Amino acid sequence: MMHILMHGLLLLIMPPLLLGVINKVKAWFGGRVGPPLLQPYSDLVKLMRKGMVLSETTTWVFRFGPVITLAAVILAGLVAPMGRFAAPVTFTGDLIFFAYLLGLARFFTTTAALDTGSPFEGMGAAREVAFACLTEPALFIALLVLAKISGSLTLADMLHGPMSGFPAQAAAPLILVAIGLFAVLLAETCRIPVDDPNTHLELTMIHEVMVLDHSGPLFGVILYTAALKLFILGTLLLHVIAPFQTGLAWLDWSLFLVQMLLLAAVVGVVESVMARLQMRHVPYLLVAALLSCGFGFLLLIG
Amino acid sequence: MALTLILIATLLAAGSGLPGVFLGRSSRWGQRVAVGLMASGALAGLAGACLGLTSAQDRIVVFPWPAMGDSLIGVDALSAFFLVPIFLMGGLGSLYSLGYWPQDQHPENGRKLQLFWGLMVAGMALLVLARQAMAFLLGWEVMALSAFFLVSTEDHREECRQVGWVYLVSTHLGTLTLFGLFSLWRWATGSYALLPLASEAVGLGVLNGLFFLALLGFGLKAGMMPLHFWLPGAHANAPSQVSAMLSGVVLKMGVYGLVRFLFLLPDPPGAWGGLILVLGAISGLLGVVFAIGQHDLKRLLAYHSVENIGIILMGLGLAMLGRSAHRPEWIVLGLAGCLLHVWNHSFFKSLLFLCAGSVVQATHTQEIDRLGGLAKRMPWTAGLFLVGAVAICGLPPLNGFVSELLVYLGLFRTITVPGAGGSAAVIGAPVLAMIGALAVACFVKVYGAVFLGTPRDHDPAQAHEAPLSMRAPMLVLAACCALIGLAPGLVAPVLDRAMAGLLPPGSAPFSVASLVPLDTVGAMSLALVAFAGVLALAFTARGRAARRVGTWDCGYALPTSRMQYTAASFAQIIVTMFAWVLRPRVHPPGIEGPFPRAAGMHSHVDDLVLDRVLAPVGRCVARWCDWIHQLQQGLTQHYVLYILIAVVLMLSTLLPIDGFLSRLFAR
Repeated sequence: MMHILMHGLLLLIMPPLLLGVINKVKAWFGGRVGPPLLQPYSDLVKLMRKGMVLSETTTWVFRFGPVITLAAVILAGLVAPMGRFAAPVTFTGDLIFFAYLLGLARFFTTTAALDTGSPFEGMGAAREVAFACLTEPALFIALLVLAKISGSLTLADMLHGPMSGFPAQAAAPLILVAIGLFAVLLAETCRIPVDDPNTHLELTMIHEVMVLDHSGPLFGVILYTAALKLFILGTLLLHVIAPFQTGLAWLDWSLFLVQMLLLAAVVGVVESVMARLQMRHVPYLLVAALLSCGFGFLLLIG
Repeated sequence: MALTLILIATLLAAGSGLPGVFLGRSSRWGQRVAVGLMASGALAGLAGACLGLTSAQDRIVVFPWPAMGDSLIGVDALSAFFLVPIFLMGGLGSLYSLGYWPQDQHPENGRKLQLFWGLMVAGMALLVLARQAMAFLLGWEVMALSAFFLVSTEDHREECRQVGWVYLVSTHLGTLTLFGLFSLWRWATGSYALLPLASEAVGLGVLNGLFFLALLGFGLKAGMMPLHFWLPGAHANAPSQVSAMLSGVVLKMGVYGLVRFLFLLPDPPGAWGGLILVLGAISGLLGVVFAIGQHDLKRLLAYHSVENIGIILMGLGLAMLGRSAHRPEWIVLGLAGCLLHVWNHSFFKSLLFLCAGSVVQATHTQEIDRLGGLAKRMPWTAGLFLVGAVAICGLPPLNGFVSELLVYLGLFRTITVPGAGGSAAVIGAPVLAMIGALAVACFVKVYGAVFLGTPRDHDPAQAHEAPLSMRAPMLVLAACCALIGLAPGLVAPVLDRAMAGLLPPGSAPFSVASLVPLDTVGAMSLALVAFAGVLALAFTARGRAARRVGTWDCGYALPTSRMQYTAASFAQIIVTMFAWVLRPRVHPPGIEGPFPRAAGMHSHVDDLVLDRVLAPVGRCVARWCDWIHQLQQGLTQHYVLYILIAVVLMLSTLLPIDGFLSRLFAR
């Protein structure tokens, strides 16, 4: 019960902090002081208190799109286990439910974008759905590898498997899968090198351009959902790259927190040292992720 | 009881269009009578099917048919399962035509539509009931030929006649294959009765022959990938309720044939399941990729049928693999996914086609890039299309997710087998994931371009909402999608009943509910809906208070609706990604000189099989055959001469040529 409460609290509260960490790291690399770590929380509060401006073109799809997306992503967060603890909801096939909830989120983000009738937002939506066609199979091959190693079809068992110790031959596939999953995480959360959250030109954005016309509380919901998605995919990745546990509950939770913040810092470092890829080169990165997961799978068959 | 009800329903359906034929060309009474008969038939048929699904025993009735031996007719749970979409769509489509194809506005072809609609429903019902090859073929042909007349309803249009012709050729090809199949069956088993073959009753060669003939004949009807060539054109040019029926139900008769027939054959080799799985994966992937390249709303939906048939076949392939490997849990999961997707696809695809029909009626165009902004003028159609779109993408909380989940879990389970053989099937899972992502891309494109944004052309601006007679069938179908999605636990016993006769004897312990936690999935879907609803309510008030301004356009002074992103541009990244198979043709604008005149460009994606293979090959064959024309001069004297030559040639066989040859080559 305690752990479920903790899961829910972390899921709802922690995500914006990751954005703060990323921005801080980027500022350090640029030689600046940067915004305070908790700045994203202030931003969210400010946005929630603001009024809304809607485009005359839009319908209810525009207003409810971000809200449905948020609901889907939070529900996905309830299925994904954190650290060594069980997720609040676990059932056979929850991995597919998880992946398809993210698909539902994508469906409504992009339809809401098209509702404005703006060419910019159409462009962003087109890129989002096209790149997802490569990240989705990569994610599923990664899940296949985990299922093969653990022999289970629930997300919790698949991800917790590595902690109880696996045969040495699982190491190489897991490294490949970790590489693939990291690329999937960057693409799905629209970070550099796939997308630049700070770019100022509408023509070159993916995620930011889709939400140009959302304002006030709705924009707050979108920012929060993006952070949440980063957090959830991060928890998945942490299971593969850092399957450590101590046995003490409070120590494990703190370990999870520290690992999560470190992951955010790594994302910040990647953003600082890399440039955004040309839009036509993004599929190469995603295909590389797909192949990495695929070879991981091939290594397991033998 | 069940059988009696269904037979009455079949007769009602078959006769539903008849009274109209004797009434005036523009009298609406014929159509009303047809709808009444069809609706009562549908209700009776659905009641019978429900009885058939619940009752345990399988009763077979013998009808004497002197020429062909006795004809067997019976209803078991599998027949009843397929009868549900037949009668549901039969009744709903007939109701829809009251608003969509009213007799007084279509005096030239309305009566034809009603007559063959009823016949097609009756033909399918007969086909599903038949337990004997001849009765099966009778139902099959009634269905196939009625479908031809329905596809070519608007036979004053050249394109409609052409696709009707292609359909007729392909369906006859399929029937020919079935003739071969049943002749071989008769030769191998000694009877036309379709009863399970005992193990090792026939040799592997005959079994393989039966399998490939069945795959070819039923695959043609189902629209499996290389054999789908007739499908997009036929579905795009038929009236919308006919497209809905063809796509939602008639294709499923091919699936029914495959399921029914393949499970009669004993000890399938593993290669069969593997082949079906691969064909399913190819159909799924290429179906959705070709759909993304289309500009015509109904043609796009038609390609999605190819995709969904692919998913259905993946389930079936998995079940066949399970039979070869003696893994009952694969059979249960694969077959349950296959059967449930048959239902689901018939609900959401019919819903989408009916919505497309209401768009076509309101705007008089199927061209996606001429539409736009319809959600404001047609809120019902837009909302219902959204339900269909979410369902067909296989997203929770609707029904498409449930059946895809079953197939996924089946595919994931093959991973537990050591060695490379079992793991090969598991590659279907990422393929299915890619199909899902591409389907999302495609339906975001369609929904965005047709219903959102601002109208791109004049017609959509005057669009009006569909009448109640058209909305009611769409509402019923959407409710079915929601029900199966939110309460999947309800269909688990139905699936168990439908599969009961197909599982190997002695392996009963597996039920769908024991393998998949459908109740949990349903609870999660409900939670999703409730959560999203609460959040949406919280934001409704703030949205109402919002200020309304124009969309952000970078400060441009004169934005027009033509500056919106078109469906073609939306799809462009994916079309380029798959250019190796789509081969899009772009006709670029010719811009010349310092003051170029107005120019236009257009692009299209032709069908892989029909336009790229069959049509060129056909033209080539026609060219070779041209020389035969020299014989056909139209002069009676020449023809009499040909007869004389033929007779002389035949007489020449009487010459003792063997003896001559043996003497010539004697040592």
